[in-house]
Amino acid sequence: MAEVAPEDLVIDVRGLTKRFGDRTVVRDVALRVRRGEIFGFLGPNGSGKTTTIRMLCGLLEPSAGEGQCIGYDIRRDTAAIKRQVGYMTQRFSLYEDLTIRENLAFIARLYGMRGRRAAVDRTLERLGLTARQHQPAGQLSGGWKQRLALASCVMHEPKLLLLDEPTAGVDPKARREFWDEIHALAHGGLTVLVSTHYMDEAERCHRIGYIFNGRLLTEGSVADVVRDSGLVTWSVEGASLAPLRARLSGRAGIDMVVPFGAVLHVAGSDEARLAAAIAPFRDDPLLRWTRSPATLEDVFIRLMSAANGEGARP
Amino acid sequence: MRFFAWGRFVAMVVKEFTQMRRDRMTFAMMIGLPLVQLVIFGFAINMDPKHLPAAAIVADASPFGRSILGAMENSGYFAVTHLATSEAEADDWLQRGKVQFVVSIPADFSRALLRGERPAILVEADATDPSATSNAIAALEGLNRTALQHDLVGGLAGLKSGPPPFEVRIHRRYNPEGSTQYNVVPGLIGVILTMTMVIMTALAVTRERERGTMEALLATPVSPLEVLIGKIVPYILVGFIQVTIVFVVARLLFDVPMLGSSIVFGAVVLLFIAANLAVGITFSTVARNQLQAMQMAIFFFLPSIMLSGFVFPFRGMPTWAQAIGEVLPLTHFLRIVRGVMLKGTEWTHVMPDVWPLAAFLLVAVTIALARYRRTLD
Ligand SMILES: Nc1ncnc2c1ncn2[C@@H]1O[C@H](COP(=O)(O)OP(=O)(O)OP(=O)(O)O)[C@@H](O)[C@H]1O
Ligand SMILES: [Mg+2]
Repeated sequence: MAEVAPEDLVIDVRGLTKRFGDRTVVRDVALRVRRGEIFGFLGPNGSGKTTTIRMLCGLLEPSAGEGQCIGYDIRRDTAAIKRQVGYMTQRFSLYEDLTIRENLAFIARLYGMRGRRAAVDRTLERLGLTARQHQPAGQLSGGWKQRLALASCVMHEPKLLLLDEPTAGVDPKARREFWDEIHALAHGGLTVLVSTHYMDEAERCHRIGYIFNGRLLTEGSVADVVRDSGLVTWSVEGASLAPLRARLSGRAGIDMVVPFGAVLHVAGSDEARLAAAIAPFRDDPLLRWTRSPATLEDVFIRLMSAANGEGARP
Repeated sequence: MRFFAWGRFVAMVVKEFTQMRRDRMTFAMMIGLPLVQLVIFGFAINMDPKHLPAAAIVADASPFGRSILGAMENSGYFAVTHLATSEAEADDWLQRGKVQFVVSIPADFSRALLRGERPAILVEADATDPSATSNAIAALEGLNRTALQHDLVGGLAGLKSGPPPFEVRIHRRYNPEGSTQYNVVPGLIGVILTMTMVIMTALAVTRERERGTMEALLATPVSPLEVLIGKIVPYILVGFIQVTIVFVVARLLFDVPMLGSSIVFGAVVLLFIAANLAVGITFSTVARNQLQAMQMAIFFFLPSIMLSGFVFPFRGMPTWAQAIGEVLPLTHFLRIVRGVMLKGTEWTHVMPDVWPLAAFLLVAVTIALARYRRTLD
């Protein structure tokens, strides 16, 4: 990331580490997120995304590391941080037995907002939930729950939005609308850090970071991340790909062979060695080879296996 | 950082009340439970405690008096533990619950006995807990025939035949009809409060954690203290509503009196509610889910009813059980409330039971706060 003035950094942490007992769940994570940026936080299950986010918003005290969030020290000024951060937890965290309106009113009260009633009305209006405001929040469908949760996080006009897998289990249309909303918010100057497992969502972020086993393995724009990986990819289409996959796997110069539907991605980190490795199969008339850009998923899988190879597992 | 802001506290209280109201089943339980229990426990539970402490006022220093006291002790039900010099002193002991009986042997007892006038001794019983005293009182029956067997010899042998040489007058104090409901109703107030307060708070906090709402809650500016107090206050109110229900129904159905000060009564109820809430909060910090919280609450609840003197008369229990009982808030609450409601005990006299209650509260709150903080990380 190019040098930025510190006052433009909404999140700036170094060496962030969290241990539970003798298990290190997050180790030495450095993150810098600029104002108005949408930062995607990716990583497999249990890699430490939620734990990192909790440290950023003052819910967990880091075992080591330091830094600031919206200009406040993440260890000392947790109260100030909490006032200006909107945190959407991984699980739906509104009260299912309270109505939509009661939920919003409760949150507005907690933040000590002025003009609560108007703010709640506005939020309901914007969500299009005015007619259903007296329904219990638990009765909403998954997509609506996510929208309501997001609305309740931004009602107090935070400067930073932390979204932990906000679109898990939501249909594609609702997801798209959700992301349109996130972009609109970012356009309005809000900084967003969002964790996700979806590659298409990663592509919609200004920058992304990939965390695995508690370590931030790579960071940058999607293009940067792909380029930095140095991964060269060929895709091959044709009949009987399964036996081909078996024969390609493990050949010198080939780092991985991953099936994507009717296509096989063959990737390696050295252009020439990869070309040599696939040469014997290039002339097969039943196969169609094309040189393709590496996908994010290729990069992540590659990063993961590389990290595993180094024995990075705790 | 401000640890306590009125606005956020009110937000918590309003939310808790709304949730409580929404949960019809629980709400009905909180109101219905006292009524159901009142009816169920209306039945007497009789046990057989022995060696009940008695005070003696011996105004007539004759061997006859000693023999009578000896015979009472031999029955196994009485232990003459105190000797009073005045009626007022003995009365005071009875009221504080130091003794369960006062035996008075009048001044001219032996003279009247020798003249064959069949004098009377007076046995006053603290009958607030009839199940504790009824067997002892029954054992007095026939005592007037046997007690002086060995004293009436020689020229006095003639007194043995004919009517018994003296009379035993029994005076049931505080509960003249020996009504069990008198005793059960004050106890029930304590039992119901223990049950609802511990279970409800244990569940209220554990539920937030289990459903994941606690995390979102703590990411807002609300402080742990506000969450805690905001959760407790609504239940204090529920507790007072329950007490009122039992109280009014007991008055209408069983005519249970309120002889003491309502202010002392209210203050003790508040102290007792607080102690139980603190236990509930402590449980909620240990429990991983609502089921565990419930089990812990029951684990606390059972010894509370069994060993507090609610089900079994306290003095009838073995020493180890009494020792456990002394720790439990319900034990002290029962003593105080029985005293205040049925005997009109003054606040100065209930202090010996207020201190243990206050100490329990202090310890429980300390543990609850310490544990509560730790669970945030
Ligand atoms: N309070 C805790 N005590 C002990 N271990 C914990 C605690 N919280 C999280 N962990 C462990 O830390 C690891 C990282 O968890 P975290 O929730 O941060 O992962 P994640 O990246 O958010 O995963 P997911 O994609 O499944 O949400 C997990 O292995 C988890 O079991
Ligand atoms: Mg997570």
